[in-house]
Amino acid sequence: MSTVTKELEVIKPLKLAISGVSKWFRQGVVETHALDNVSLDVDESEFVCLVGPSGCGKSTLLNMIAGLDRPDSGTIMADGKPVTEPGRDRMMMFQESALFPWLSVIGNVLFGLKLKPNLTNKERVEVAKFYLQLVGLERYTHSNIHELSGGMRQRVALARSLAPNPRVLLMDEPFAALDAMTREQLYGDLQEIWQARKKTIVFVTHNVREAVCLADRVVLFSPHPGRIREQFKIDLPRPRDINSPDLAKNATEITRALKSHRGPLTDVAD
Amino acid sequence: MNRFARAFAFFAALLALWHFGRGYLPKSYHLLVPDPLSVWQYLVGVGKDGTLLTAVGVTMRRLLLGYFAGVIVGVPLGLLTARFQWASDTIGVLGLGLQTLPSVCWVPLALIAFGQTEASMQFVVIMGTLWSVQISTDDGVRNVPPIYQRAAQTMGSRGLHTWIKVNLPASLPFIISGVKQGWAFAWRSLMSAEIFVTILTGAGLGQLLQYGRDLNAMDQVIAIMLVIVAIGLLADKILFSPWERFVHRRWGTVKP
Repeated sequence: MSTVTKELEVIKPLKLAISGVSKWFRQGVVETHALDNVSLDVDESEFVCLVGPSGCGKSTLLNMIAGLDRPDSGTIMADGKPVTEPGRDRMMMFQESALFPWLSVIGNVLFGLKLKPNLTNKERVEVAKFYLQLVGLERYTHSNIHELSGGMRQRVALARSLAPNPRVLLMDEPFAALDAMTREQLYGDLQEIWQARKKTIVFVTHNVREAVCLADRVVLFSPHPGRIREQFKIDLPRPRDINSPDLAKNATEITRALKSHRGPLTDVAD
Repeated sequence: MNRFARAFAFFAALLALWHFGRGYLPKSYHLLVPDPLSVWQYLVGVGKDGTLLTAVGVTMRRLLLGYFAGVIVGVPLGLLTARFQWASDTIGVLGLGLQTLPSVCWVPLALIAFGQTEASMQFVVIMGTLWSVQISTDDGVRNVPPIYQRAAQTMGSRGLHTWIKVNLPASLPFIISGVKQGWAFAWRSLMSAEIFVTILTGAGLGQLLQYGRDLNAMDQVIAIMLVIVAIGLLADKILFSPWERFVHRRWGTVKP
């Protein structure tokens, strides 16, 4: 088997075990209790959406799974090993484009691959092209980032996070800044890619419909301090259409729950 | 009319105005306003006998050596002051202070310390370059969106790799404006130094300019000024334009 074939293999997804995680932030004299005793298990190749109003700590939790931040107490285990720093098995995709403007499209996808040993540069380019094709951007291989639309940029970001072949994908409101049409298209693509590449996905959003459209399980957070309130299994068949009535029914139920947990000073988006 | 033709026509008109306008001046002013032709003849003369080439060589050597030394030290210093609080509190403050000092003010100090030598000229150029490069690099790194570093970290980038592959290129737009400004400072400080000090190790353009003044030769003064302008323009095109075009292409910023 060639190195590239091996590199492109669908690898075993990761299992996450989060238990008793708390986190405080101090900014000046104000101390925020971002997360309070949060426990959550995510199965291999499960698609979990974390939903809640801003300030509920869902992004904080994602950052900690990525290893970009440490919990003040509690543990985060990835396949039984504690998470202490960022690692290639857990790739993060950010809300706004975190693409590097000084690199071309393929340069961005290659960034993570270049940090992977045991590959020749030719093999890396081959792998990068595979993922650009997967997200439908093979025609833009050598484009500059600023020339792409918002949706295309997030596709590049998706290709970039998939390229090192991580075992879990952490997505922090990746589609929040896109228009509805582009978003719908990306929902379809993401579901397809997820099924083809078998990743565990933890997806943060404050859009309930988006969560229902994508997730196997929706985890509801409430703020001040950030806590898990309720969890909903979504058993709708895939691929799901965000405009279907069944999906809307599920979303309405979750939105109602979300509003009932609303704190005194929070805003809720639907 | 294309851009080249437009520029050409403009400068041709300027020359014509100079040449024919001079004819309307009273004779007593003719020494003050030499004919463009005599300026050209002077240039051809010093071009042929090698004086010009030697002077340009001497000046460029001082400038380039000092300038590149300034950039090579300035960029890492800027990275250092952006990264470490202790460096920012020490070197950063020093740089900010010295930056406010017009670089020609270094000339007396350099002359006392190094005498009328190449070293003192290069010292002045380095001082003119170094701090503006350091400050703009520092500025650039502080303006790098933190999300770039976080994204790089998740992809396995750490420490020095993050600095060289992320922070440095991300601050490129700032660094370029810094090295350009450094170049302007270096060029100005070197010219002032050359004009008011006779350096025993070689006569540069500034010295030729000063001889022109000593000889009361306006054609020489204007000719050397034109050479200085031409070198400045050329440096801009050769040294900085490629980088500016790169930034323009990649970042999609306004065309320089």
